[in-house]
Amino acid sequence: MASHGGQPSFLERLDRMDRRWIFLAMFVAVAAPILWVGVTGKTFPEAPTPAVQGAFDAVDSLPPGARVLISMDFDPASAGELQPMATAIVRHCVLRGHRICAMTLWPAGGPMIDGTMQDVLGDRPDWKYGEQWVNLGYRAGFEGVMKQMNSRVALAYATDVRKTPLGDIPMMKGIEGIADFDLLVSVSAGYAGAKEWVQYSVSPTLTGPRPLRFVAGSTGVQTPQLIPYYPNQMAGILGAIKGAAEYEFLVNEAVRKADPNAVVPAKFQEAQRRMAPQLFGHVLMVALIVLGNVVFVGLRGREARA
Amino acid sequence: MSRSVAVLVASVAALAMVLSKFIVPMESAETTVAEWFNAAAAIAFVLGGASLLKMNLLAISARGPGWGYSAVTLLAFLATLGVGLLKVGVAPSVAYPGHRMSGSTDAEGGALWWLYEYAMSPITGTLFAMLAFYVASAAFRAFRAKNAAAMFLLGTAFIVLLGRTYAGVVVTSWIPADMPWVSWLRLENLSAVIMSVFTTAGTRAMIIGIAIGVAATGIKIMIGLDRSYLGAGSGGGNG
Repeated sequence: MASHGGQPSFLERLDRMDRRWIFLAMFVAVAAPILWVGVTGKTFPEAPTPAVQGAFDAVDSLPPGARVLISMDFDPASAGELQPMATAIVRHCVLRGHRICAMTLWPAGGPMIDGTMQDVLGDRPDWKYGEQWVNLGYRAGFEGVMKQMNSRVALAYATDVRKTPLGDIPMMKGIEGIADFDLLVSVSAGYAGAKEWVQYSVSPTLTGPRPLRFVAGSTGVQTPQLIPYYPNQMAGILGAIKGAAEYEFLVNEAVRKADPNAVVPAKFQEAQRRMAPQLFGHVLMVALIVLGNVVFVGLRGREARA
Repeated sequence: MSRSVAVLVASVAALAMVLSKFIVPMESAETTVAEWFNAAAAIAFVLGGASLLKMNLLAISARGPGWGYSAVTLLAFLATLGVGLLKVGVAPSVAYPGHRMSGSTDAEGGALWWLYEYAMSPITGTLFAMLAFYVASAAFRAFRAKNAAAMFLLGTAFIVLLGRTYAGVVVTSWIPADMPWVSWLRLENLSAVIMSVFTTAGTRAMIIGIAIGVAATGIKIMIGLDRSYLGAGSGGGNG
């Protein structure tokens, strides 16, 4: 289908373009904003959606000292999307004075808990392990663990990661079943995660005397599966890095409102900082789709004329 | 015989779970079965490891195409298992300083922690990040508006892609935000409408369909009609 005396036309050359040019374009679209944000420290303003505002309010409305169970059901593969989310939620809990019980249903999730707690509590030596937070670690069994925790948390977790029996941990005093927590949070990348928490642990409590409030954070791929559960079974959802950025924005605004001179460290703006590369990545995707269709329509028109 | 026992165990466990929801004295059966399940799930890791060993050893001994990958897999598996079980490089816990094995398996500084931090974490993160490059290539080559349905799909994709970033705010910032009858046309609002109305409707339909399918499959497993979970040669197929 060569034209102009055997020379391929511009559209034909575009159609046969080496895909490494596209890879290079994506690299530049992501790397340049990362460098720009790194140098300037600037981030885009966020307008929180109702689902993110609902998640923020669920944490914010609890009285200081409330006990929050946070299940970090993800691994390094999705940490880029979910780690800032987990950090923002844990930080919000710490700022509000809530006690945190961390756990994971993913085999590689343990270090995710360690990293998150280290990020948030690294400069808070006053936050005592066992009194204000505890790490239950990983248990095999997925929904089986959830079902056991519904009736007795100690059935699934006899001890924490430091091998201390649950009954000897001050912050776990009075916790029998999962409904004794004031809030359940799941930051999840798939199975087992937020969807299973709704089905096996949250829904059965909704008709009981103590309904368990639930907030979920999830990857962009998983979020559409969770939206039907909002707002009845879930108080809020943080969808992908965008949801994390909105939540982070709300937490940082609350910090600045309390202290106008407060300086927010870069590690607590990670989600907002990642919105710039996401913006340029998305714009490039749209441009590529448009360009691909221009080539497609152009070549098809030429074929029809021929 | 072994398959009949497996079918019997599955039927009894499933029946116990169902009855625990309807018969008050059987309420504790649900927890008991959940305990069985957790024990079985932990044992499944051992079986999984044995299966991985068997499959890769067979591939290496057959010297078929790609047997080198099997060797790398085995080496990585055994090295990780070894340093984890032996707690290589792990400091003793504060409570029991005299016992070398008292520290946590994945404690910072240990060999397993090192493997996680400097091998698994960057490798899986890189694999996930590479999706962006392949999706970009697919965006150029595959997302073609060949018919009305494809055009509709592409239009929706544009709105969600742009609406989920600050680009959506910039592109449609000229639409007044304080006039409800037009403000929904702003990309960030339109994206939210698509997610909360159309996506929710579609997902809800799928969830309900899947739930009915799961219930039907559950009944078939309970009465032994579906034995597909036993693997090939179960004799029962899926009904």
